[in-house]
Amino acid sequence: MHDSSATIAAGEAHGEHNPALLHHFATEEQQRNSASLGMWIFLATEVMFFGGLFCAYLIYRGWYFSDFAAASTSINAALGGANTAVLICSSLTVVLAIWAAQTSRRGLLLVMLALTMLFGCTFLGIKGIEYKDKFDEHHVPGASFSFDHVSIPGHPDQYANPRHAQIFFALYFIMTGLHALHMIIGLGIFAWLFWMAWKGRFTPDYHTPLEIGGLYWHFVDIVWIYLFPLLYLIDRHR
Amino acid sequence: MATATPQPAAQPAVQPIERENYLNKHYGVGSWLLTTDHKRISLLYLLSITFFFFIGGFFALLIRLELLTPAGDLVQADTYNKLFTMHGQVMVFFFLIPSIPAVLGNFLVPMMIGAKDLAFPRINLLSWYLYIIGGIMMLHCMLTGGVDTGWTFYVPFSTAFSNTKVIEAGLAIFVTGFSSILTGLNFIVTIHRMRAPGMTWSRLPLFIWAHYATSIIQILGTPVIAITLVLVVAERALHLGIFDPKLGGDPLLFQHLFWFYSHPAVYIMILPSMGVVTEIIACFSRKRIFGYTFVALSSICIAVFGFLVWAHHMFVAGISVYAALVFSILSYAVAVPSAIKVFNWTATLYKGSIRYDAPMLYAFGFLGLFTIGGLTGLFLAALGIDMHVHDTYFVIAHFHYIMVGGALMGYLGGMHFWWPKISGKLYPEGWARLAALIVFIGFNLTFFPQFILGYVGMPRRYYQYPPEFQVLNVLSTAGATVLGIGYLLPMIYFLWSMRYGKPAPDNPWNAAGLEWKTQSPPTTYNFEEEPVVTWEAYNYEELDAPQKQEVPVAR
Repeated sequence: MHDSSATIAAGEAHGEHNPALLHHFATEEQQRNSASLGMWIFLATEVMFFGGLFCAYLIYRGWYFSDFAAASTSINAALGGANTAVLICSSLTVVLAIWAAQTSRRGLLLVMLALTMLFGCTFLGIKGIEYKDKFDEHHVPGASFSFDHVSIPGHPDQYANPRHAQIFFALYFIMTGLHALHMIIGLGIFAWLFWMAWKGRFTPDYHTPLEIGGLYWHFVDIVWIYLFPLLYLIDRHR
Repeated sequence: MATATPQPAAQPAVQPIERENYLNKHYGVGSWLLTTDHKRISLLYLLSITFFFFIGGFFALLIRLELLTPAGDLVQADTYNKLFTMHGQVMVFFFLIPSIPAVLGNFLVPMMIGAKDLAFPRINLLSWYLYIIGGIMMLHCMLTGGVDTGWTFYVPFSTAFSNTKVIEAGLAIFVTGFSSILTGLNFIVTIHRMRAPGMTWSRLPLFIWAHYATSIIQILGTPVIAITLVLVVAERALHLGIFDPKLGGDPLLFQHLFWFYSHPAVYIMILPSMGVVTEIIACFSRKRIFGYTFVALSSICIAVFGFLVWAHHMFVAGISVYAALVFSILSYAVAVPSAIKVFNWTATLYKGSIRYDAPMLYAFGFLGLFTIGGLTGLFLAALGIDMHVHDTYFVIAHFHYIMVGGALMGYLGGMHFWWPKISGKLYPEGWARLAALIVFIGFNLTFFPQFILGYVGMPRRYYQYPPEFQVLNVLSTAGATVLGIGYLLPMIYFLWSMRYGKPAPDNPWNAAGLEWKTQSPPTTYNFEEEPVVTWEAYNYEELDAPQKQEVPVAR
């Protein structure tokens, strides 16, 4: 008992002094588990949120198969691929940031958080280039939308129906736009995490915000991992 | 001011010293608007949803007044469309969905499981602010023109033809939806992580099980209507073609997405009410609830089955007959867990020591009205009958029996049952029983004639009707007036009791729940010490058994 009394006392002192332990939780473990479960449930909500869009996309893809193929092959898969690589790298830096917090490497933690934000901004920049290309090509749904005389992949003599292609682009912009909005929110979260890390708030015992912020970031990456093949790659083979 | 006389010296001695509680701990507007106490947030919700209830009720009143006579003489046809639309939207999204979860659930979930607060108190406050932002948007929308699409926002009318403020109403409901999601998220985490030692899953009050099931629907259903509304708004603003058949879109897709949330939303309204009624019936028949496990699991079953029946709203909309057949069978299936509950409540009453206090009168009202609403739901789930009564007053009567006769009766019963705990004051029992009776009579007078009206062919959403329907419509309007009085009464005597009511004891009903084992009104952290639960839920036999020293002995 005497062997462990020092650590217990240290732990109690830590519990009293840790401003992050909120009054209504009994232990830090309870608080950490609650935060983590809360984020998982929020992500379930997000799955259903994007799920409605995926459902609409899959139904219209089934209905207007060749028009969607023509529209899908018109978007820049190289930029999409580059963005995929950027996001996968950012997920790695998030994991490394958590590892750095667990092992008390504050410098590494700050670098990794900064890198994550850098990758996030790169993603948004590349996305912006893609959007601008679509804008220049008049592929943004609305009054100036034009998708005339674009042939269906594999059938050079047949043109895609512009109205149906417009549904593809509408879904493309809504899905990638909402994903980009999630990226922007994620950047906000990581800026806050960076500020917390700068002030030295994260210790091996307390880094819950990093973990749940990381969960969110990984989720946004995973949404992209589904969006990329469904929107960019699925009709490339022809 | 300067000549203010000092208070009589005897005053403090006469007034009993009030114990510190969550209501009198802090004063001032800031202490309410920035509170993270779940009990104060529940009162904020109570005020807000009561406000919207009376707005929705005002629209209902105008609808019933218009239908008093066969001619369209009170309002114009377009105005009438707006009235029933905004009645529906306000009542569904701004009253019924938040009613029991956000008020009673917010107050009671932490107390019933022995926690100091919900897991995320600040998110709880955020959810109220989102509700208020959505509510202000909705009010602005109503005051500057309103919406006329029906509460269902059916496309392509809402996206291509309606000249009203569809976008603003859609965004208002989008924002409010997130308030509902955050409440559900908070409840699930709280129920998983914040239970007091000894409060096992099988000892949870069934109110908690009902809220757990409700929260599942809130977190999985609400985001779908959110994205659907985003698509409606985008379609209306930019004419994308997603829902416009002229541009290749599919209105049926909208209906599928809409009802994927909006059917389970019915269970968001009714499940918490079932939880309330379970607590009341156990307490006022002094018995452990019959079939605890079945009642608990039937809540989860309803939540799960509830996600699989949405297309029964679309039997005449052009879905395939095979799909209709499957959804019809599944809709019958969802009646099974509901029936399990009704039978278990009835079995609990059997040989119980029943007391007819006001909450119990509401619970009895719930039992009868919910059963009628549920059984007529089976009529509508039957393909043949649905073809006949679809879009008639039969449907209106059916869902009002569920939402008003069921959900609202449960809400009022719960408000009466827990009012002594919430306010620390007793309401006048005689008035409360009278109000319960008035609500029951008024409700049946309003909505039973509508079953007949619908069956003989009066369609919904029309502001004129053939003269032969007038007798039943007059009955319905008369009933609505009675019902309105029945709803005003509790508001008056609840407010009256806050000032003049007798102080409530900690456990006025001698009820079993953990929320009754702390003072009324509770302190900010609910319990003096963290409670340890060593007993089963609803141990009324134990509570009522004479203690050793009380057992009479022969001399």
